Formats: sequence, structure tokens, C-alpha cells
Amino acid sequence: MSIVKITNLTKNFGNFTALDGVNLEVNQGEIYGFIGPNGAGKTTTIRIMLGILKATGGEAKIFGKDAWKDAVEIHKRIAYVPGEVKLWPNLTGGEVIDLFVKLRASHKQNRREELIERFNLDPSKKCGTYSKGNRQKVALIAAFAADADLYVLDEPTSGLDPLMEKVFQECILEAKAEGKSVLLSSHILSEVEKLCDKVSIIRQGKIIESGSLEELRHLTRTSITIQTKEPIKNLNELKGIHDLEEKDDTIYFQVDTEELAHVMRYVSQFGVIKLESAPPTLEALFLRHYQREGEEV
Amino acid sequence: MLRQYTHTGVLARFILKKDRVKILIWLISLTVFTVLIGAMLPTLYSSAVERQIMAETMKNPAVTFMLGPGYGLDNYTDGAMMAHFMLAFTAIAVGIMSILLTTKNTREDEEEGRIEMIRSLPVGFLSPLAATFLIAVFTNIVLALAVGFGLYALGLESMDLAGSLLYGAAIGAIGICFAAITGLLAQLTTNARSTIGYSFAFLIIAYLIRGVGDIDNEILSLISPLGLILRTEVYVNNYWWPVFITVGISIVLFALALYLNSIRDLEAGFIPTRPGRKHASKLLLSPLGLALRLQKTVLIAWLVGMFVLGVSYGSILGDLEGFLDSSEMIRQMIPVAEGFTLTERFMVMLVIILSIIGTVPTLMYILKLWAEEKRGRTEQVFAGSVSRNRMIGSYTLIAIIAAPLIQLVSIMGFWSAASFVMEDKLPLYTLLKAGFVYLPAIWVMVGLAVLLIGFIPKLTGLTWLYLGYTFFVAYLGDMLQLPGWMSQLTPFGHIPQVPIEEINYIQIIILILIAAVLTVAGFIGYNRRDLIQGV
Repeated sequence: MSIVKITNLTKNFGNFTALDGVNLEVNQGEIYGFIGPNGAGKTTTIRIMLGILKATGGEAKIFGKDAWKDAVEIHKRIAYVPGEVKLWPNLTGGEVIDLFVKLRASHKQNRREELIERFNLDPSKKCGTYSKGNRQKVALIAAFAADADLYVLDEPTSGLDPLMEKVFQECILEAKAEGKSVLLSSHILSEVEKLCDKVSIIRQGKIIESGSLEELRHLTRTSITIQTKEPIKNLNELKGIHDLEEKDDTIYFQVDTEELAHVMRYVSQFGVIKLESAPPTLEALFLRHYQREGEEV
Repeated sequence: MLRQYTHTGVLARFILKKDRVKILIWLISLTVFTVLIGAMLPTLYSSAVERQIMAETMKNPAVTFMLGPGYGLDNYTDGAMMAHFMLAFTAIAVGIMSILLTTKNTREDEEEGRIEMIRSLPVGFLSPLAATFLIAVFTNIVLALAVGFGLYALGLESMDLAGSLLYGAAIGAIGICFAAITGLLAQLTTNARSTIGYSFAFLIIAYLIRGVGDIDNEILSLISPLGLILRTEVYVNNYWWPVFITVGISIVLFALALYLNSIRDLEAGFIPTRPGRKHASKLLLSPLGLALRLQKTVLIAWLVGMFVLGVSYGSILGDLEGFLDSSEMIRQMIPVAEGFTLTERFMVMLVIILSIIGTVPTLMYILKLWAEEKRGRTEQVFAGSVSRNRMIGSYTLIAIIAAPLIQLVSIMGFWSAASFVMEDKLPLYTLLKAGFVYLPAIWVMVGLAVLLIGFIPKLTGLTWLYLGYTFFVAYLGDMLQLPGWMSQLTPFGHIPQVPIEEINYIQIIILILIAAVLTVAGFIGYNRRDLIQGV
């Protein structure tokens, strides 16, 4: 069952086209990664989903209802965390959490206290004194304390420390276990890889890649730095090797994830002295997309 | 020592560049406004006899309360009249300019984290504040010269170069003084809203103290910067000492602000924060509750303030009675409507001014919605199950209900003070009727604000301009003999002046309908438009 269905969505701000035919579908129980560089249109898409912006063209349906017209009805079952959480400096964190939970009109048991403890927040402090991370915790606690069916999270971990990021990931997985759906926009590909079932990549208002992580596997390459006793012969003839570079004794290359085992077996014959591998970064992925577009031109 | 001021000059130029449009608009409008009135007045009261009649009315305590003490009344020249009419009024406008410009470059920049960015550069830690002061002083000196030479350029005999320059200097000194006060308050408070709030409170109190002092107690007037500056007696005696004292006090306040800035942490104030509630009270948990909670302090402060304003306006009625009894000439001069006393005539004037000032908070309550949106805080409320109508409705409701509350409070203040000082008591019922009859006009202003929020929220500032115009027409319209259509341009001009005029219910109903149409249109616009991305 599709929870979010965005079809051919466009949004113009004056002459500027922020979204240019975006398609996106989140099914029930899925954690959906939404990634892209700054200004690509992630937040605009999310703001249209929330009925804060009105689409210029196309449609955005959530729970089968129109995101703009039925916003109030839809929001009863949505929990939202923005990337930059703006709060009222003279209200306390506890007051804001209560307010958000109440406005969402959920009636299920409240996990507030448990979450406050897990996220290690002092709810008696005024929001004006909170750091960016603490403001984000307020929004996260309010979101997870609600009994929502869809969590819309826009770069929710950008201010959290690694410990809190882990708590956040646990909360997401718990939500998934309960059959909830999540749309997670993020810059951190490792986080997306760890959590998401499906991923869409947006650039300049267009979805350029979309699919399950398996399907996108071809996009993910591992960067390898290697030193061997003997020079590695015919490395560039192996399947799945990219961007091969040699400097002094050290060889740098990228390898498609599905070829990794095969390549490792091959290079180990030459006596490995040093081996470093780095997971593919969002940056590398994007650099490749830019390059690919350049080749087409 | 000087290292604390590194790059003050660079920052000052930056402020000038950043605010140049705003500063220019203020300077040009204040100068043009002053010179225009200066050119207009002599044509209104062209003969010495007419001016002398005017001089007689200037002895009226109600006028003294509003404009300041009369001087040179024995030979009431164009210059004396100009200074008496306009100096206090212009000084208030300049004070507002300084408050707004200074807050923006001090506490607001700090609250938004911009000072932090500047301070991370090789810039002295007092440089941002010092640069703000430099620009404030520079702006006000330019204003002083522009107004001074502008008035002199009119070429009127009684408005000579020395007097005109003093007129400019008096205005400039007040501007510098309020920049210093705002700079000081910016150190004490922790957010821009409080800085502006306290600064305006200071301005209003300074005005009230001056008003009461000018009638009864000279010393009281000298405490107020606005009272002090009127002692220049421009175009008659041309005393420079009030300008020097005002500037001197400003320098002390500047120094104090710089000192306080040097001993506090960035983004801290001197008013400590206490731990708050862990749970929200039930009253907070709705858009209306939130809106009320956010404005609670402002709401209460204005209710108290309007009561005090009402009391001070009411308290002059006693003096007014005595004055009117003693002056045969006035009684002949002012046409009295059949069956009404002169006191009632002035009362009507005071009530309209109270009503216009009382509109300020109602506009603040409705415009708060736009302020929240600008700051990116409405987005999260809308992410909850909240409709656009419920949101804008909450703020509109507060503004609409606040209006009668504020009228009630200021009229009660007015009545209680008036009945204390007057022999012929004013019936409370008449006064309440006179006050409440302005509600439709206030609601039209609220409706206008709602309309702008719904369609072009960036222009909501126009409501303040409109209210400022309304105030000007009501305050000085009669004395400047402004044509009737100028006051008809505002909703307040269409309200009957009870008890002198009969209530025309059709007119009232039409105004209420206009307010309703504006409000509904604003709701429709708000339902259709995109919310902006808060910064």
C-alpha cells in the first residue's frame, strides 16, 4: 500500500524551477531515503508534502489524500522533524514537546518520558538556551512520542552527537518494526544505507536515481587504498575497477561492491602490506553523476 | 585598550551600506516633513492677530500636555509657532528611528548569531556596538544639518540661521540620546523584542513625564529627555544648553553600554533565566493558547500602559477646566456645539488619540503571526493537525478581543483621573460610549493587517505607516488646518465624536462590514498562499 505517492510534481518560485517533475512513492512499512545536495529540492518536496507550499503542477498524495487540501486530516497521522528546528526562546523544551504532541491529536499512550530519558534532554530549560542538537532532540522526541503512521524527517541528525544518532536510529527501526513508514532526507549516505529500504536521489529538482538499495548497489563503490610487496598485474583489466591511480608505491581505486570479494582475492596474491577501504560517500556518488552528465554532453 | 575597537570603521561603513536605504528614507521623510510644515504654517496663520489668537489657545493645558509649554507667546512669530507645534512631535519620530536602527544592529544581530560571525573575525569585541553608535551619531548629525538648513532655506524672517540650526540640533540630540538608551537596553535584555519593548516604554514614559511636568512641575520635565529638549525655546531664546546636556548624557550612556558589553558574555543579558515548567499547562496546548502565551507579557504590559496613559490624559482635564473658565477669549473663539462644554470638546480629542495609540498593540497581536512565520516557527505548528484558518483565526481573535479590552482600560484610567480632578464630573457611560465607538475603526486596521498577511505579508509594515498617518492627522490636523478629506482617508475619520456628534449607526455598520470583508479576504489569501521559508 502506498503511503506517499508523488506524481510529476513541479514547483516554481517566480522564474526559478525548484522541482521539475518529481516522482516518489513510499510504501507502508518502508524506510525511504531521500538524498541530494543542498538546494536540490529535498526540503521543497517535503514542504509540499506537508501542505506548507502549494505545488505548481503534479500531485502529492499522502494516505491517498491531497497534501494541500487535506493537510489537517493528513497531519493527524504524520510526525515531522525539520533540519533546522526553530523554537520559541521563552517556552521550555517540555512545553514545546507537549504542544507538538497535542497538536498532532494522537491519543495513543505517550512515550514522552521514556524518550526524554533516552535522548538525555532537560525539558525544564528554555528553548532559547538549547544548542542546535538539543533543539533537534525536542522535535525528535515530539515526533516519536506521537503515534504517527508516517515520519517525515528532513536531515534530522545534522546536529546530533554520535551517541544520540544511535538512539535516533534505534527509534527509526522500532517505528519500522511497528509497521510505520519513514521518509528520511539526509546527507549521510552511511546512515541511509544502514536504515533505508529504498532510496531516491534528487538533483536540481529532478529525481536522478531511484530504487531499492539492491538496485542501487551499482552506484555504491568502495574506495580502496592498497600497498603490496609485488606490483599488481593487470589490475585495470579486472571487472568493476574504476578511477585507478598509482602514486609512489600506493594504488588507489574504486570497486563496485558486488566485485569486491573477487578483487580482494585477486590482489591478495601480491602480498598486501597495507589495505584501507572507505565506504562510498554521497559526494563520490554525486561526483560520478556530474561526470556522467559531462560525458553525455 | 584600542584593540577592543579594531575595525570599528570598517563595521561602521558596513552598517551604512547595509542600512543605507532605511536611513535615507528616514532622513528624507523627516526633513521633507519638517520643512513642508515649516512652509505651510505661516500661510495658515498669516497675520499677527491670527497668530496671537493661536498663542492664547496654546496656554490650554491640554495643548501643553500634547505639544509642550508655550513660549514667546507675547509675540507669537512663525518660528515660535513652528517649534511649538512640531518639535516634540518630530523628536518622538526621531526617537523611534533611533530605537529601530539601533536595536537592529545590536541585540537583533546578536540574537540571530550574526555578531558571533563578526566576532570570530579579527575584530575588536566592542567594535560592533561602537560602530552602531558611530552610525547613529552620524545619521543624526546629517539629520540635524538637513533639517536646520532646510528650515533656514525657507527664508522666513523669524526662522533665522541660528534658530534653524538649533532646531536641527535639538532633533539630532534626541536621536543620539535614544540610540544610546536603546544601546544600553540592548545590553540588559536578551532578545530584540524586549530591547524594542523597553525602549518604546522609555519613550512613552518620557513623553508622559514631560506632559505632566509641563503643566505642573518644571523639574519633572527636565528629567525627561523630551521635556529637556523643549527648553531650547527655539526661534525665541535659542538656548543651547539642553542640547549640550542631552548629548553629554548620551555620551555617558554610550560609555555605560560599552562597559556592560565588555563585561558580559555574547548572547547573554543581565536578566537571569530561571528553569521553567517541564510540562505544558493545558492552556498552552492549542494554536490560540500558544499565541496567547507568546504575547502574554506584551498583552499585560500594554493594558497597564494604556491605563496609565488614560490616567495622564484624564488628569489634565482639571487644569483644562480652570483654564477655560479664566479665558474669555477662548470661549469666544472656539465654536461650541449646542449644549456641550469646551471640556467635552477636548475630551473628544483626547479619546481619539487614546484610541489610535490603543490600536498599536492590537496591530502587534495580529502581526505577530507574520513575525512567527518569518522566523520559521509556524511551519512546525502546521506540521501538527492545524488548519490555516485555525492559525490565522487565533491571532485575529486575540486582536479583535484585545481592542475592546484596551479601550475599556484606557477609558477607565481616563475617567478615574478625570473624576478626581474635575468639578463637573463626566459620566462614565458617555466616556465608555465615546471610547467604544472607535472599535469599528480599530477593527478595520486589524482587517487591513489580516489582508496583508494573507496576500502580501512583506508589506505588513504599511499598516504602521497608515496608523502613523492617522495619528498625525488626528493630533495636528486641526491646528494645521488640514482639509477634511485628509482625515476621511482613515477609518478613524469616519467615527462620530461622541458626545458632540450623534452616532450614525449606518456608518458604524459599514465600517464593521469593511473590517469583516478585509478579514475574510485575508483568511482566503492565507489559505491559498505558500508559507515562506523562515530564516
